[in-house]
Amino acid sequence: MVAPAPKIVYQRPASLATRVTHYCPGCTHGVAHRLIAEVLDEMGLREKTIGVAPVGCSVFAYNYFNHDYVEAAHGRAPAMATGIKRVLPQQTVYTYQGDGDLASIGMAEIMHAAARGEQITVVFINNAIYGMTGGQMAPTTLPGMVTTSSPGGRDVESMGFPIRMSEILAKMDGAGYIVRRSLHDPANIRKAKKAIRLAFETQERGLGFSMVELLSSCPTNWKLTPVDALTFIEDRMIPMFPLGDYKVNDEIANLRV
Amino acid sequence: MAVKGWIEVNELHCKGCGLCVAACPQNVMSLDMDRLTPKGYHPVHLHAEGCTGCGICAIVCPDAALTVYREVPVKA
Amino acid sequence: MAKKLYKGNEAFAEAAVRAGCEGFFGYPITPSTEFLEYMAWRMPELGRAFVQAESEVAAINMVYGAACTGKRVMTASSSPGISLMMEGISYIAGTEVPCVIINVMRGGPGLGNIAPSQGDYYQMVKGGGHGDYFPIAIAPASVQEAVDLIGLSFDLAEKYRSVVHVLVDGNLGQMMEPCEMPPMQELPAPPEWAVTGAKGRDANILSSIYIEPADEEVANIRLLKRWMEIEENEVRYQEYSLEDAEIAIIAFGTSGRVSSTAVRQARAEGIKVGLFRPITLAPFPKKEISALAKRVKRILVVEMNTGMMLEDVSQCVQGQVPIEFYGRLGGMTPLPDEIYDEITRISQNMDAPASPNPRLEWVARLEKIIEGEK
Repeated sequence: MVAPAPKIVYQRPASLATRVTHYCPGCTHGVAHRLIAEVLDEMGLREKTIGVAPVGCSVFAYNYFNHDYVEAAHGRAPAMATGIKRVLPQQTVYTYQGDGDLASIGMAEIMHAAARGEQITVVFINNAIYGMTGGQMAPTTLPGMVTTSSPGGRDVESMGFPIRMSEILAKMDGAGYIVRRSLHDPANIRKAKKAIRLAFETQERGLGFSMVELLSSCPTNWKLTPVDALTFIEDRMIPMFPLGDYKVNDEIANLRV
Repeated sequence: MAVKGWIEVNELHCKGCGLCVAACPQNVMSLDMDRLTPKGYHPVHLHAEGCTGCGICAIVCPDAALTVYREVPVKA
Repeated sequence: MAKKLYKGNEAFAEAAVRAGCEGFFGYPITPSTEFLEYMAWRMPELGRAFVQAESEVAAINMVYGAACTGKRVMTASSSPGISLMMEGISYIAGTEVPCVIINVMRGGPGLGNIAPSQGDYYQMVKGGGHGDYFPIAIAPASVQEAVDLIGLSFDLAEKYRSVVHVLVDGNLGQMMEPCEMPPMQELPAPPEWAVTGAKGRDANILSSIYIEPADEEVANIRLLKRWMEIEENEVRYQEYSLEDAEIAIIAFGTSGRVSSTAVRQARAEGIKVGLFRPITLAPFPKKEISALAKRVKRILVVEMNTGMMLEDVSQCVQGQVPIEFYGRLGGMTPLPDEIYDEITRISQNMDAPASPNPRLEWVARLEKIIEGEK
């Protein structure tokens, strides 16, 4: 006789707080939060981690994690993280930033944090739009994409082209790990989690600046259902922002986790 | 014998976005149109037999609202 | 300990190190750059943090982050750099974390020049950043006094979880003076509110957000009450030859120091003049100046700006006694003779009616002086 016993396949990670997020239904910010929490749990880093929240939709990220957190000014999270890491070099420090925060107002801070090889991890949410303020054009908005501040679609002649941050940051000598992943299906979410793990491994091993860019959905401001928004990532965003490893330190490339 | 699994839905966190419904390989998940969560969403539920406890629903869930279980045989 | 000859900026930096500063983040700008240069070797020597940031914006946000760990941290800059930092300073004030900011002031507005000025009075004393907050503002008048007050600044910042602005000008930053350094302080343990990693405790969150107006109102009241406590306990000033004075000069920092020379000169001539020098500009010595106005017949405010402190003095004096003003602008430092001339002019016209706007007569006099200097 074989008696069945239940095994937990998945449960909410301890590094996530119990608070319900303010994110819209189907917004993949929540997936990114969850993956970070799972990685911190797996690496046993929760009690030594300090997060830096941005300004944008994830402005309240500090409420959703069960570890120390600070809230930065718009775009300044990498500078704030630098200040923390330099006086507490043994602690794990990461920023969580959106595309407006990181690639527009915070361009100087992210570039120089990478140039200095700050031993911090950046989780960069690229959803091609300003979510918190209600759907304006972002530095990553696709050509032709309609937003409230590009109502006729992004005209690259007058509004410029989208910025590919992973490609740019991979050129910095101080960067140890720069990759782009997507959150649009289970296989890609698994890859995203592994990338977040490797980014934190980069920091823990002192191998330089690390960033994971995550293509993320914004069903509300894209005016799509949550499921259709994932299709939009696959069909429209990935061609503009190709997934891949843009810079991986050799030690991390050979690491098995 | 097919592997038997089941889910627990935390109705405080579930926002009825339906990403798990679309991702479920067994097509046994749906939004429960007869019920509302405290926030006013229709929560997800298992509407048919066949859950294998694969955990894909939890992987796509933006709100970590799902706990996934699987029955494992215990050797006597 | 023996006195040693220091350049102002380097003395301020060493004083900060000895006060237990564990993080310095800055950006080069004249006339404060020697501060950064000194920290660039001194901090690493002690295993403490030093970063030359990509901008003042980044520098102040590094200070912000490091301040959240509860360590003593600071930056030093000059006027245009301080303007760039104002965003971060407001966040630091809103998050209620301590830090010390030194402004080696120069002529402005805009790019202005690199000569000494007190034109940042409003910005440093009244706040400068957005929102309802009150920085402490301290104005030393010599290298030694600055050294002593920098230690105090860290203590006050910590005690009140407040931003402390130290106002010096290019004169004090660049001059060399003998001074005695305080002993090295032991580094304090982090306070319980600090973010250090949530080991064996609940997570600490440090933020300046109060999304509910009712919560922000409570936070604003907390900051105000703390400020009123500071006003009650932390006013500092120095009086010089005021016992029998009929004319009181009120001046801070370098203009206070130049005024003291003019006062000595005038006293030698038998003119009953004294000096009241606010050391804390915020909290401002309101009660003391109000009381002073009851004792003297005339007040002369001297500044290296267009009369910014003049407005605060006027508010304290409340018309009890006529006020006159003398200032030099744009990076010009008044000479003792200029102030002496003002003292003698006033002493010969003690019965003249009070001017409704002391700036009017002063501008006319100043333009004549400038004409004469040509």
